Amino acid sequence: MILARVLGNIVASTKNQRYDNASIMLCQQVTPEGDETAMTVLALNTIDAGVGDTVLIVQEGWGASTASTGKPGAAIDSAIVGVVDYVDLLKDEQ
Amino acid sequence: MTTPMQLARVIGTVVATVKNDSLEGRTLLVVQTLNKDLEPKGSPMIAVDSVGAGVGELVFWCRGKEASFPFKREDTPTDCTIIGIVDSDLHVTQG
Repeated sequence: MILARVLGNIVASTKNQRYDNASIMLCQQVTPEGDETAMTVLALNTIDAGVGDTVLIVQEGWGASTASTGKPGAAIDSAIVGVVDYVDLLKDEQ
Repeated sequence: MTTPMQLARVIGTVVATVKNDSLEGRTLLVVQTLNKDLEPKGSPMIAVDSVGAGVGELVFWCRGKEASFPFKREDTPTDCTIIGIVDSDLHVTQG
């Protein structure tokens, strides 16, 4: 899974019927320290994450599909599955 | 093809109160992948724990849909799971 910050919402009236009602978010990958990387990704929102939230994105088809639609086999490969409160890093303790 | 199994060091934990119901009770750890000399390789990522690993431990992970095999598959959306704990750094031998 990757950490990412939610940048915004994608409005797409026409999309695959398996996830007609889902919201799709535009996210930017971040490091565990919270620094932004160059990679932006789209992900289905399974938990009502909002703009500015740091989130966990699963990037695997089966998991993303079951998490967001309840069944495998939907044509997606990324889903937001958690809102991160904080990341506790070993090096911060040393 | 997804990256095959690799050694990694657990370098932190992720706390997420709001999460998909299917991740309830799972431990999320920050892992840094290592090369054969146990030096950091690439950027850290987040893995679900299936073996009881802790911060500082040397572990190995698997990725892709196989990552959800340690759990009931429909229940746990994960693309990276810790599937083993190496006894110690000295237990990685070459030659």
